[in-house]
Amino acid sequence: MRQLSTALAALYAGLIYLFIFLPVVVLVLFSFQDGTLPVPPLNGLTLRWYEAVFSDGKLMAALGNSLLVAVISSAVACILGFLAAYAFARYTLPASALLRGLIVAPMTVSTLIIGLGLLSMLNVTGMRLSLVTVGIGHVVINLPLCFAIIYASMGGHQVNIERAARDLGAKDWQVMLLVTAPMLLPSILAAFFLSVTFSWDEFIVAFLLSRFDVTLPVEIWSMLRSGLDPKTNAIGSVVFLISVVFLVLMELTVFRKTGKPS
Amino acid sequence: MTATALERAERRKAWAFALPGLLWTALFFLVPFAYMVAISFWTRQGREIVATWTLDNYVAFFQKAHFFKGLVVSLEITATVTVISVLLAYPLAWIIAERVPKKWQRFALVMAILPFWTSYVVRSYSWLLVLSKGGVVNQTLLSIGIIAEPLELSANRTGTVIGFVHFFVMLLTLTIYANLIQLSPNYRRAAADLGANAFQTFWHVVLPLTLPGIMVGAFLTFVLCIGDYITPQILGGNNELVLPQVIMLQLGRRADFPMAAALSLVLMAVVTLAYIACARWLKMERT
Repeated sequence: MRQLSTALAALYAGLIYLFIFLPVVVLVLFSFQDGTLPVPPLNGLTLRWYEAVFSDGKLMAALGNSLLVAVISSAVACILGFLAAYAFARYTLPASALLRGLIVAPMTVSTLIIGLGLLSMLNVTGMRLSLVTVGIGHVVINLPLCFAIIYASMGGHQVNIERAARDLGAKDWQVMLLVTAPMLLPSILAAFFLSVTFSWDEFIVAFLLSRFDVTLPVEIWSMLRSGLDPKTNAIGSVVFLISVVFLVLMELTVFRKTGKPS
Repeated sequence: MTATALERAERRKAWAFALPGLLWTALFFLVPFAYMVAISFWTRQGREIVATWTLDNYVAFFQKAHFFKGLVVSLEITATVTVISVLLAYPLAWIIAERVPKKWQRFALVMAILPFWTSYVVRSYSWLLVLSKGGVVNQTLLSIGIIAEPLELSANRTGTVIGFVHFFVMLLTLTIYANLIQLSPNYRRAAADLGANAFQTFWHVVLPLTLPGIMVGAFLTFVLCIGDYITPQILGGNNELVLPQVIMLQLGRRADFPMAAALSLVLMAVVTLAYIACARWLKMERT
């Protein structure tokens, strides 16, 4: 009886894992397809689709744009989030709960609405759509997250250390930069890396707020118009590889070394 | 320096730290959002938005079939996806929590998340490779001889549902697993002492105690599913549009911002209602 249920459990888990892995396995496998259709039968293995991807100027530009937007918008979101978290944790502000609510409000709204609102406002102001406007949108999305993560880790136990630094003659900015920030580094890094992954994969805002220079998801989106294409498999596999490498790096630097971010 | 002057200086510092973030959110989120609410009551003439206050867009939502149907299709697909995902995810979460040795559980969960590190757009595309007429599933079934004609698995509702279920099975497995491992084994021991068999213990003790985990996961599924544009657009074809697709259509060729804004706010209202219902249920559960 026990053996039967264990066998059934293993079978069930196996089937679900098969379902979960099926698309990724097919994606990667047929990125090596020696033919123009990334579906069975597998004609043979070739690397030419990867060559096509790496020699495609538009794709490589989009890849660079994506990295640029992800890193800069995440850095801005982290800095703004850190400063705001510091203000709310260390000082008393009037209507503090309401203002904190304002900062996390974008988290409760879908990205479609954030993008649509920004787009209609930008249309009025006449600001041109570019990577800058995409970055602005990504900061709006990621600031609540960065603020929430960093604010949650600003406990009272750091206050005494900050006070000691002040007694020893450190100025405000020195306390913040040389004492508070290093103490909170694990959660700041966690916030940063999480923002980078969100920005890297974000589509709707990037799609609505960009025109000529686009990010990678938007460029891949426009590749889909040509239907099934092994080249799309290849760039998809590259994105997957980059993300997994990033995940491993994050695991090693943020979560292992310094323990879990508080 | 008097105490009040010191206080004032402190307060000025606090504002200096908080203001950049507050201003960013106000300027790039609150103002655009308020503007969007406003234009949802305006009209469009040609490509211009005219500030004449009217309820026309909201009336049009209820009167014109293709707008209202978008919401109906969205709700139907979201309900289907939520139910299927819960039914598929619960046994997996249970197996990981109960049958997988402790030290392998984290690995099992990491493996379940791993395929979701491809970009969202790419993931929907890869389902197309699996489900399309010449795709892996159809080719396999055809070559074995189970079917004579390829199955219609993509460019319809089936495709959208499969693409969604893929993601939400993973998500729900995580929330239900998190709930399951928090349960004290004492509950189960007590039930066994009182003479319950394995099934009775599960049905009367374990399942009710994990309902909050199911609800939270189902709520997340609802919100993320009903607001999504990518999966239905890639896998769903053009016959049945969900509300986000209808919204994007207003933006595209027609540049009808007032209508798009009104539809987005309807979508937001539906999500808010779901949130209120879910929050009220969880509260009742606790008392």
